[in-house]
Order: sequence, then C-alpha cells, then structure tokens
Amino acid sequence: MSWKRKDLLGMQDLDAAEIIGVLDTASSMKEIAAREIKKVPTLRGKTVVNLFYESSTRTRTSFEIAGKWLSADVINFSASGSSADKGESLLDTARNIEAMSPDVVVVRHKAAGAPALLARHLRCGVVNAGDGAHEHPTQALLDLMTIREKKGHLEGLNVTIVGDITHSRVARSDIHGMRKMGITVTVAGPPTLIPAQCQELGVKVSHRLEEAIAHADVIVMLRLQHERMQGGFIPSLREYSRVWGLSLAKLEHCRPDVLIMHPGPVNRGVELAPEVADSAYSVILDQVSNGVAVRMAVLYLLAGSKSA
Amino acid sequence: MSLLIKGGRVVDPAGGTDGVQDVWIVDGRIHKVGRGLKAAAGTETVDAAGKVVCPGFIDMHVHLREPGFEYKETIASGTRAAAAGGFTAVACMANTFPVNDNRAVTDYILARAKVEGVVRVYPIGAVTRNLEGRQLAELAELAEAGCVAFSDDGKCVMNAELYRRAMEYALPFGVPVISHAEDCHLGDGAAMHEGLVSTDLGLSGQPAAAEDVMVARDIILAELTGAHLHIAHISTAGAVRLVRDAKARGIRVTAEVTPHHLLLTDEMVRSYDSSCKMAPPLRGKRDVEACVEALVDGTIDCVATDHAPHALSEKEGEFADAANGVVGLETAVPLLLDRLVRPGVLDLATMVTRFSTGPARLLNLPGGSLAPGAAADVTILDLERAWTVDPAAFRSRGRHTPFAGFTGVGAPWMTLVGGLPVPS
Repeated sequence: MSWKRKDLLGMQDLDAAEIIGVLDTASSMKEIAAREIKKVPTLRGKTVVNLFYESSTRTRTSFEIAGKWLSADVINFSASGSSADKGESLLDTARNIEAMSPDVVVVRHKAAGAPALLARHLRCGVVNAGDGAHEHPTQALLDLMTIREKKGHLEGLNVTIVGDITHSRVARSDIHGMRKMGITVTVAGPPTLIPAQCQELGVKVSHRLEEAIAHADVIVMLRLQHERMQGGFIPSLREYSRVWGLSLAKLEHCRPDVLIMHPGPVNRGVELAPEVADSAYSVILDQVSNGVAVRMAVLYLLAGSKSA
Repeated sequence: MSLLIKGGRVVDPAGGTDGVQDVWIVDGRIHKVGRGLKAAAGTETVDAAGKVVCPGFIDMHVHLREPGFEYKETIASGTRAAAAGGFTAVACMANTFPVNDNRAVTDYILARAKVEGVVRVYPIGAVTRNLEGRQLAELAELAEAGCVAFSDDGKCVMNAELYRRAMEYALPFGVPVISHAEDCHLGDGAAMHEGLVSTDLGLSGQPAAAEDVMVARDIILAELTGAHLHIAHISTAGAVRLVRDAKARGIRVTAEVTPHHLLLTDEMVRSYDSSCKMAPPLRGKRDVEACVEALVDGTIDCVATDHAPHALSEKEGEFADAANGVVGLETAVPLLLDRLVRPGVLDLATMVTRFSTGPARLLNLPGGSLAPGAAADVTILDLERAWTVDPAAFRSRGRHTPFAGFTGVGAPWMTLVGGLPVPS
C-alpha cells in the first residue's frame, strides 16, 4: 500500500483503503510478537518521542514496545498537567523537541486539537495518542483489527458502543473508523452522556441498554470517569452501574457469539461486572496485544516506509 | 476652520438624504448640506466624487484595554484602528485593570483619550464593583463622570435581584444597561457552540440556550423596572425572537450584533484556530440567518464589533485554553459592505443607520446625523476599493481575526472627527 500522510491525527481523516492498509500491516507485524527474539531492524536509527501530557500506562507502554521491537530509539517525555501549568507553551515544547530531530512524535494531550496544532508546526510525523474528547485513532484501529480477527470480516457487522459518548475520544474514533468499514454503529447511554446531534455522525442512538445490545456482534463498553457526578451527568455510580453496567444476566438476551471490548482501564463493578470482564465473551486482552501490532504498523508507515 | 466635502453621494438616513450633495463644515460642525455649495475663500476641499459620505460610524462595543492591559491594546492604538476602520467614535467596556467601576478610572480614560485618542471615546461603566456581581458600582458618580452606559461585559450578572436593582438605580441617568447575556452555568467551561461541530471536535459546547435564558430573564427585568436594556453581541435565533417579541410589546430593549456573528458559523472552528474563539461563540447556520434577518428588519439596532484584542501568547496554543476574543475594528465596515450590502441583503442606508444613527440614539450621543449644527463626524466610503484582510497591517495591537485572508470590495476611505480628517 502507499501511505502518503505525514501524520495520523484522526479516523475522520482516513478512507477505507488506508484503514485496511494499516490493519494489513499490523497483521504482518503481529508475527514478530510470537518470535523468541522480538526485534527487527526496520526503524534502526529512527527516533520516536512519546510526548504525554496526560497520564497513560497502556498506550504509552504500547507505543514504547512497538518502537523498541522495530529498533527505534524511544524517548518518553512526560509532562504532568497542562503546558500552561509548566510555564512553557505546548508550541515551545514542541519546537524544543523538534530541534532534537525526532522522526515521529506521539502525543497525548487533554486539549482536543493539540496534535493538529503540533502537526502544523513540526516537520516530523505526529501520531495522535488521544486528544481530549476528540480522537484516539490507534485505539479504533486496534479495535477494528481485533474485530476482524475474531469475526473474519468487518462489513455488515453491528457494533454497539455503551457509556459516556460525550467525553469519549475512543467513541468518536470508533464511530468514524467503523462506519467507513461498513459497520452499523449504535451508541447507547443516558441522554446526558450522548453529545449534541450525535445521530448526524451516522449512528443510531439508544437510551436502553438491553435494546441496544440485543443484536450486537460487538459491544464496546466505555470507561466511566468517576467525576461525572459533579457535572450533573449522572446521579451516582451505583445508579449508573445498575442501569448501564454490563452483567452476565443482561448478556443472556444477546447473540451467543457477541464480543465484549473495552479500551481500558476497566472499572470493575461499574461499567463491567467482573465475571463479564473475565468471561469468554471478553476480548479485552486481545485488544491490548493488537495495540502493539497496530502501533508498530503506524510507526513503520510514518517513519520507516518512505526511507525503505 | 472650514472644509467642503464636494460631490459625494450623501447618505444620511436621519435626514432622509440619499443623493449627490456637498457637505460644508465650519468650526467642527456641519454648516450646510446641499448641491453646488460655494464655500468661502480659503476653504479646504475634499473631492468625494464617486464616494459615499455618511454620518460618522460609532462602535458601541470595544475593549481598548487601557488602563492595565496596554500589552493587548492602548487608547492610542485602539482609536487608530477605529479611525482606519471608518469609526469616528467608540464606546469602551469596563473590564480594564483596574475596572472602570469608579470615577478615577473614567477620568483617566477620558484624559488619555483626549491626549492619545484620534476618535471620540465614550467609557462604559461597570454595573458591579470589580465586575464581581456582588455589589453595585457607584453608578451615579460614573454617569456624572461621563459613562454612557453600564455593563459588566465579559461577565454575566447572574444574581437577578442585583441586576433588577441596577436597572432601577440607573433609571434617572437615562443610560442603558448593557447585558452580556450568558448563563455561566449552562455550558460551563465550554470552548465553542454546542452542536454537531462540537460533537465532532470533542470540544465542550455551550448551547444557544445559555444566551436565550439570560436574554429572557433580562427582558422580564426590563419590563419590571422600565429600564432601557441593551443586549450586547446577540448571537442566537432564540435571543433574536425574544427581542423581537419584547419590542412588539413595547419593552425598552435594543440589541447589537457583531460582524462575525452575522457572517460566520461554528464550522470555522474545525481548524482548531483560536482566531475563531470568542464569547458568545460562533453559532449555527440558523442563528446566523436569524441575526441577518433581524439586522435588516430593525430588531437589531446596530452593528458593534466587540473588538477584543489579545497578545499572541494568549491566543496561540490549545484551543480550549486560548483567550476569548477577536479584533474587529478594521474589518467590520469592509465586511458588511462586501458581504451584505453588495449582494443586496442590506441596503446602504440601513447599513449606515445600524453603524451611526442606531448607536448614537440608543446611547444618546451627539452624532448619527449630518444635520446643520451637528458635530462634523463623517465617515466616507469607497464602494469600489478592493481589499484583503491582512492582520499584520492592523493598527490594532491585536492580530487575531477569523477573517484573515478574506477579500472583498468596498471600504472606508476617510474618517473625519470634528471636521478634521484623521491621518491614516
């Protein structure tokens, strides 16, 4: 495939052929994880900077492993809080990093649009590892990869995304990516957690969990942030869990081959009952493994493929 | 001191004039308007053939930032921007540092304007002390010192009891209370308008209802008190409907609209460009259409820019963290001429009314007319001049405008204050 982008900022920008290209590349990368010596020289001499303004364990680790298995030098740059708190602006930080000649900057930031801002100002590639409630494209790609592996195809499937759609970058990236691959997407949650004019994104909106998951091939459960009570979005975690948490009992009316996914970290007992998280329906750990493969593919496409 | 503006098309809606006439100015006042005037020997002449001669434009909503925020703008730079944009007078909001909530600050602004300003400057006093929404500012003294209206602009007075008292207390001074109508709890912390675009971008949105509920409240309080309520920077279809209904019921309410709320929608925010960030935010298409319709039919009384300059460091960076506000003094008139007058949406006389007579009347200012005896504040337009918005060339210290790179035809050509052309 020919990859022409300097950056990966969001699923909204990609077309179906590009998505398939990343997934196919990721599938071929997956074989490396099974080797005894998990290292290929593909990105030797390349530098990947993980610029994380928000705490993250799995995404940062996933990018770090992905870079290291491809032999890139991976530098982690963690800035706690916002750039403003530190007194240095995001652009100043970026210009300083640019002066060290990285090949790819992987950025996570609480502000929607921060990766787009960096991409405009940096010559190197920029990967969005999550910006506010905007997008998290590598999560959507690993979700698609996991679904394609388990179901054998993507087109025609029904996926239901459950929970706090308003504040979720995973939901937005999944919606864009899945729709482009011919998946029918339903979002479900209390009306306070469904963003304005959500239907216009091309999804069905449901306010009843049982109805929304009855015909689903895949259920994506989103993490509920504990502070959502403060904004008046939900009355209590207890009520949320009772109405919107996924239990084995609620799964009884679902398809027997339904897959349960979650971007992690799971609030056990809030959105997912522990016995569901650990059940045969759950493919949460497959998602994590595929996350490394997808990020290897993305780093390779942005940093490696052009010099090859 | 005498000056003759010869051969221009005089558009003076207050006097019902629209035709080729000469305007003779003596000692800073309009002396005579008529055809083929013969001025006394030694009278300086301005050849205005092919140009449009109007009563001076007044921008009743600007932030000159002085005192306190001179790094954003000064009275010198802000009034130069105003003159370049065709304005002969501006009314400046109270959110300076210190806040214009006492006579000393009003006196300071007027003194600076006298020395540094190139157009007339009318201060607007705060409604509450330090804009805190807790205790009334000394409104009588502010009015005495020369404040032409009261407003906590930039902040909404959320306490309805206090706002009711402000409206009542202001009654004897005959000046309007200007409402920044934005319920600060609805869409708290929002960076833009709530709608499909905010959903797409993952930015928190403020619903149009945040403005609507406060306009409704303030209209009800105006009805209760009999005060003159003026709605600043109206931006929603709902608020327009409320003002239209209130006017029909005889309530003393007026409204202004900015060029950006007349011409742009929230689609502009897709770039995450903070030059598109202001309060109230850019709204939806339906809201824009309602604002234009209301400007044409007179529901909205005037165009005001909400010129709100900031330093680069306050505007660059993450959209959600960027300061609210864009500059407007140097783009408002060209934009309205090209985008509304040229296509025939708004006729020229109505545009002149909304920029001059409208604000002059509602703030009780001299101006807004070319009648003999009136102060000779004159805006002359060149309807054929092509322009491109280039922020680097602004007189204002602020550089952030959503209109950068826009092109069009029709612009101010000369601005006269008290009969004297302001040098460009």
